[in-house]
Amino acid sequence: MHIIDRRLNPGGKSLANRQRFLRRVRDVAQRAVREAARDGDIRDLGKDGNVTVPADGVREPKFSRAPGTGIQDHILPGNKTYVEGDTIERPPGGSGGRGGGQAGDGGEGGEDSFRFVLTREEFLELFLDDLELPDLAKRRLAVVETEALRRAGYTVTGSPANLALTRTLRNSLSRRIALKRPKAEEMAALEAELKALETQEPDGPAVAELRAEVERLRTRSQRIPYVDPIDLRYRRFEPYPRPVAQAVMFCLMDVSGSMTEHMKDLAKRFYILLHIFLVRRYKHVEIVFIRHTDHAKEVDEETFFGSRETGGTLVSSALVEMKRIVAERYNPEDWNIYAAQASDGDNVSSDGPTAQNLLRSAILPACQYFAYLEVGDEGGPRAGFVEHRTTLWRTYEPVSKGDSTLAMRKVNHRRDIYPVFRELFSRKAGQEAASP
Amino acid sequence: MSPAFPAGVATPAAPALIDGSGLLFSGNDWDFDTIRRIHDACEAVAGPELGLSWYPNQIEIITAEQMLDAYASIGMPLFYKHWSFGKHFAQHEAGYRRGLMGLAYEIVINSDPCISYIMEENTATMQTLVIAHAAFGHNHFFKNNYLFRQWTDAEGILDYLDFAKRYITRCEERYGHGAVEAVLDAAHALMNQGVHRYPRKKRPDLSSEQRREREREEHRERIYNDLWRTLPAKAAAGKADLSAERRRALLELPQENILYFLEKVAPRLRPWQREILRIVRHVAQYFYPQRQTKVMNEGCATYSHYRIMSRLSETGRINEAAYLEFLQSHTNVIRQPTYDDRHYGGHNPYAIGFAMMQDIARICTDPTAEDREWFPDIAGSGDPMEVLRDVWANYRDESFIAQFLSPRLMRQLRLFHVSDDPDKPELRVESIHDERGYRRLRRAFARQYDVAWLDPDIEVVDVDLEGDRKLIVHHKVLNRVLLNRDDAARVLQHLADLWGYDVVLKEVDTATGTVLKEHTASARPTFF
Repeated sequence: MHIIDRRLNPGGKSLANRQRFLRRVRDVAQRAVREAARDGDIRDLGKDGNVTVPADGVREPKFSRAPGTGIQDHILPGNKTYVEGDTIERPPGGSGGRGGGQAGDGGEGGEDSFRFVLTREEFLELFLDDLELPDLAKRRLAVVETEALRRAGYTVTGSPANLALTRTLRNSLSRRIALKRPKAEEMAALEAELKALETQEPDGPAVAELRAEVERLRTRSQRIPYVDPIDLRYRRFEPYPRPVAQAVMFCLMDVSGSMTEHMKDLAKRFYILLHIFLVRRYKHVEIVFIRHTDHAKEVDEETFFGSRETGGTLVSSALVEMKRIVAERYNPEDWNIYAAQASDGDNVSSDGPTAQNLLRSAILPACQYFAYLEVGDEGGPRAGFVEHRTTLWRTYEPVSKGDSTLAMRKVNHRRDIYPVFRELFSRKAGQEAASP
Repeated sequence: MSPAFPAGVATPAAPALIDGSGLLFSGNDWDFDTIRRIHDACEAVAGPELGLSWYPNQIEIITAEQMLDAYASIGMPLFYKHWSFGKHFAQHEAGYRRGLMGLAYEIVINSDPCISYIMEENTATMQTLVIAHAAFGHNHFFKNNYLFRQWTDAEGILDYLDFAKRYITRCEERYGHGAVEAVLDAAHALMNQGVHRYPRKKRPDLSSEQRREREREEHRERIYNDLWRTLPAKAAAGKADLSAERRRALLELPQENILYFLEKVAPRLRPWQREILRIVRHVAQYFYPQRQTKVMNEGCATYSHYRIMSRLSETGRINEAAYLEFLQSHTNVIRQPTYDDRHYGGHNPYAIGFAMMQDIARICTDPTAEDREWFPDIAGSGDPMEVLRDVWANYRDESFIAQFLSPRLMRQLRLFHVSDDPDKPELRVESIHDERGYRRLRRAFARQYDVAWLDPDIEVVDVDLEGDRKLIVHHKVLNRVLLNRDDAARVLQHLADLWGYDVVLKEVDTATGTVLKEHTASARPTFF
């Protein structure tokens, strides 16, 4: 006899089968994913990867007898009143009522559609299918892994700095409940009662009893500490390899008064898509938010999307800020730099040449990719008018002609975001399918 | 199979007992030593006391996820890849995650050595139960039942599956996923029609062929007479001898193993496609005995585990807590709700099997006058295990029920037979558990376990290979029950694709010989 522990065997033995299944339902799954991306909140993308497949596509047909035709025999247990020759009214809803034993385990060929859940990985795989990061080859080979720490559960030992307070108090609470430690308010109530009784009849038998009770509870609560060393839990950290192949994503946005909420929303959606995409390609992605009016500032995400500033518009200020941050923190030798700029296209006309220069000489050489997204009102460019080209568009256009690092698109409606995104990153014909 | 971690193999010494009390374990926890102790204790009961014989055991401990994996590939430790397994995995997983479905405590594989997968989350008692049930009960049945001995090769199955997996992977690399998938889809659709139900004539091997040839030669020499040479020859027989009769004989028609027929005869399949059909056919054949022996197999395993657990409890190897836990799960397993119960879902093979085994044991040791009349051979024989071992070895569900379901048990289960004829306005109770009905009831009940009766009877009848090559398939309709039209059309399409030419399926009433319905399909250029 042998005992073999298979638990440590690598899991996912059925993965190849699942991939084949997904390939089979790819069209349906992809449609579901695209719909989720268009209608749903982009922030929750991939969290709920429910996909329903019509049973037709994944039917496994077998020759089987049709129920309800011909004479069917049923042998049933639990006869109570019937004798031979009795007749029974046909139960409603099909002949035969509950069929014999063979009906239960069929399973296949059911008419219902088949529902299953995509993992986040699979969801994104379908979502970002055919997309490729431009110029990925440049720095991706520098995959020297370094160690870093990340959170991983709890431990019973650790340094005080890592004390997990909530977890510790939860343990303490359950221990106190289990050991019936008297609660503070109960104690207070009893003591108040005792005091009241003592003033009424100082040496009645009830007082002595209550006093003994209070004494008992007090010693009990002293014996059972509020927090015991066995309650303590510490946050555990474990080392993991951190790759140097890392990316930083610059989000530049005009926040001057002319940018409406709608425009910001469009911009945000684009940033989130880009972020998802980058996270999938690089193990480590950082984001830098730079907002600008006539001066630029690095801010956190909330301020970036939330606050509104007044003032003119000076695009070059954002570019200067970006250049400064790149020089300070993100050496292009080590970092893959992506930038996405969203604006309604306004700029002070005198700023044009400066911005153009900056972009050409400093920003684009350092970047893998610079996407300029011009966001417009929901109505979009009115039909019948010659398409109006904004100041900024006219500034960037000549640059983009000569440099494929810069891509420019106009977006007016939420539903355009994903197509535009796909268009920007779709795998070019002939480009080899590179992945980091 | 990926490398495993053979734990506990290095401790062949006599198992240590827990503080000398004789208990195999206390509490719920177990480790590999516990498993080994449990196995040895079960073995001590199963061997000398029950007289079971089994393949060597290999017990593998797996996680819930691995159990789901095993579910997806119909319980086999290695299997070729196909999308339908991925679909089943997604189904099971969704059911399991939502708590709609519990997982089995074990899976046991008919192989030599016999592999039992047991779940890591089972308690020590459950592991004992599972080992007694699978590693001894099922194992004995696999090794001794005639169907398994005849149809399955326990020693070779894992090697064969390994070959199948590699072969199909190689085909995928060579001919593309799509092409292989199409063949597998079609073959799976015909899987139930891919088994031989009766042993075929053994094809003679070379040495016996040579011997026969030699004997014929000797015979010819012995009866040689030169006079024959002088007789005028008959007019040479024309080629027209290929009459329909002879043609069918050459093609071994009628043939109910459709996959076998396609593999051998289909005109346009490539060799690798034939090999894939062969693989699917072999797998179907391997599982065919299991479908025919559900009641007996589970009955054998349940009866064995019940005897083993009871003995372990009597001899103080497991404590009362464990015994109670066992009883609870045992009674859950053998519960048979009555037909009007909300939970009724057909007959529970565990319940019927266990009840019948116990009933046989009772008839052997403590028969009533009725038993003596019904079972003169075994009533009062005094050795239930000998009778049961014989039963387990030589019967399948249908014959087992037809012979051993006792009137007493029919009364106990309160069985009755309802017949549903769509031409009549009401259902009719044909027979119940009384003197008049016992035999008819038992026959009808046994028939419900006859796979040949349950599966639609479909066979290839004729094909004119020199004509339009249209394949003619008959469904022998029993009791006017037709095929499910939708599914039949799909399967027929697969059949036509494999055959390469038109196919017609006629549903022929066995009683009258009239054709009730006809389906046709033409080949699509899927494979060629």
